[in-house]
Amino acid sequence: MEKLNGLRCRECGRRYPANPIHVCEFCFGPLEVDYRYDALKTVVTRASIAAGPPSMWRYRDLLPVEGDIAVGHHVGFTPLIRAQNLAEELGCREVWIKNDSVCHPSWSFKDRVVAVAVTKAREFGFDTVACASTGNLANSVAAHAAEGRLKSYIFIPADLEQGKVLATLVYNPTLVAVHGTYDEVNRLCSEIADKYRWAFVNVNFRPYYSEGSKSYGFEIVEQLGWRTPEHIIVPCAGGSLITKIWKAIKEFKALGLIDGPVTTRMHAAQAAGCGPIVTMIKNDTDVLVPVRPNTIAKSLAIGNPADGYYAYKTVKESGGFGAHVADEEIVEGMLVLARTEGIFTETAGGVTVAATRKLIETGVIQRTESIVICITGNGLKTPDALHGRLEAHVNIKPSLSAFDRALADLKSHAV
Amino acid sequence: MPRIRLRLTFPTELIQEPIVYRLVKDFDLVINIRRADVKADHGWIALELEGDEGALERGVRWLKDRGVQVDPIERDVIVP
Repeated sequence: MEKLNGLRCRECGRRYPANPIHVCEFCFGPLEVDYRYDALKTVVTRASIAAGPPSMWRYRDLLPVEGDIAVGHHVGFTPLIRAQNLAEELGCREVWIKNDSVCHPSWSFKDRVVAVAVTKAREFGFDTVACASTGNLANSVAAHAAEGRLKSYIFIPADLEQGKVLATLVYNPTLVAVHGTYDEVNRLCSEIADKYRWAFVNVNFRPYYSEGSKSYGFEIVEQLGWRTPEHIIVPCAGGSLITKIWKAIKEFKALGLIDGPVTTRMHAAQAAGCGPIVTMIKNDTDVLVPVRPNTIAKSLAIGNPADGYYAYKTVKESGGFGAHVADEEIVEGMLVLARTEGIFTETAGGVTVAATRKLIETGVIQRTESIVICITGNGLKTPDALHGRLEAHVNIKPSLSAFDRALADLKSHAV
Repeated sequence: MPRIRLRLTFPTELIQEPIVYRLVKDFDLVINIRRADVKADHGWIALELEGDEGALERGVRWLKDRGVQVDPIERDVIVP
């Protein structure tokens, strides 16, 4: 089945063949994959999806890959858990956690986008993949390149902490540390992507790469029993994820896979120290004012997000809202999720938990409504966010009597 | 002749300044605006600049010194 029409400019609508390109040559707008939904309607059913593998590839008909899956065979289909303890903590009835902190192989939702990009790179005959990243994306590209036996170049700002570099270096990519300001490194990488015939996953492969995020949305709907929740709270960095979850819901609806009307409201969650998308939503303007990130939520720290405008439009279209959360609230969000559900998320997860609390307390979300909180990365990658916040409760000498006294003391305090 | 594609974002205090005119005139660059949104208090322009490499670099540096945010057309190339 021929499922792709090609690429289409999101601004002027001009069409292009499905090549490794990402910008409209006429208006410089971003390109997006365009599917033949009429053809898909005849083959994509609940049964066809359920017969697929327990991974994101069960939705491969709705992803832009046409040949064999090259890498990341086990990416996705992460748990959607009913978080009753967290619901009690937040004072609501129905809370779900979509838990990509356990996404294979590199413990963040970035594995979804990278698996598609690298598979597509293979399809186009590329032998080298690349990205510029300070964290999750770098981990994922290096891991998938290793699996696919592709060469990989990872560009990082030279001042990046050693801890973050190791989780990428372990996969043996060529790591290029660039000395310069963030802006200089950013522009250099754009020029490199333009010059070399590499699959720069989030540059010339961005139309394909970003489609991988839809699988996160497909899974929410399928795992809820082919229904949509009333609220989804999504962390926003570049702004793509929230637009793609919404696209996934609309595609499922158009294909007749969802019963009843879709009443989902999409909410954007950002740190107060880097929240240009939520600022647009609060000010009700489509003008994005870039910011200089200043937050512990490093995995969301994009000051001039390319998809900010589309994220804003998604929120408006769905009737959602947004919340800024302070660094202190982010840490509290991480601790609450760990304490109530046993899930250790990175700071981005602290942002969505804290934002959910805020949206409930301000009455945007009613306590009786169904809520899905997006958890997109693993806390073990960034334990420094909790540095100095947690300590042992009991310090004793190595004797049983010392422990007896300490335990009695603990119990008396508990009473 | 080298070309670069940039997105320039202007803060409120620069909206009344003839920034693009100066860029063409003082750095001898050929510009081609593809898309833009300029409002009373904020604006951005997506454009292509053509000129010799030194002039392009000097032009970009001048823009930044004036307070214009200069990004590649993709904007967030570095992803966390």
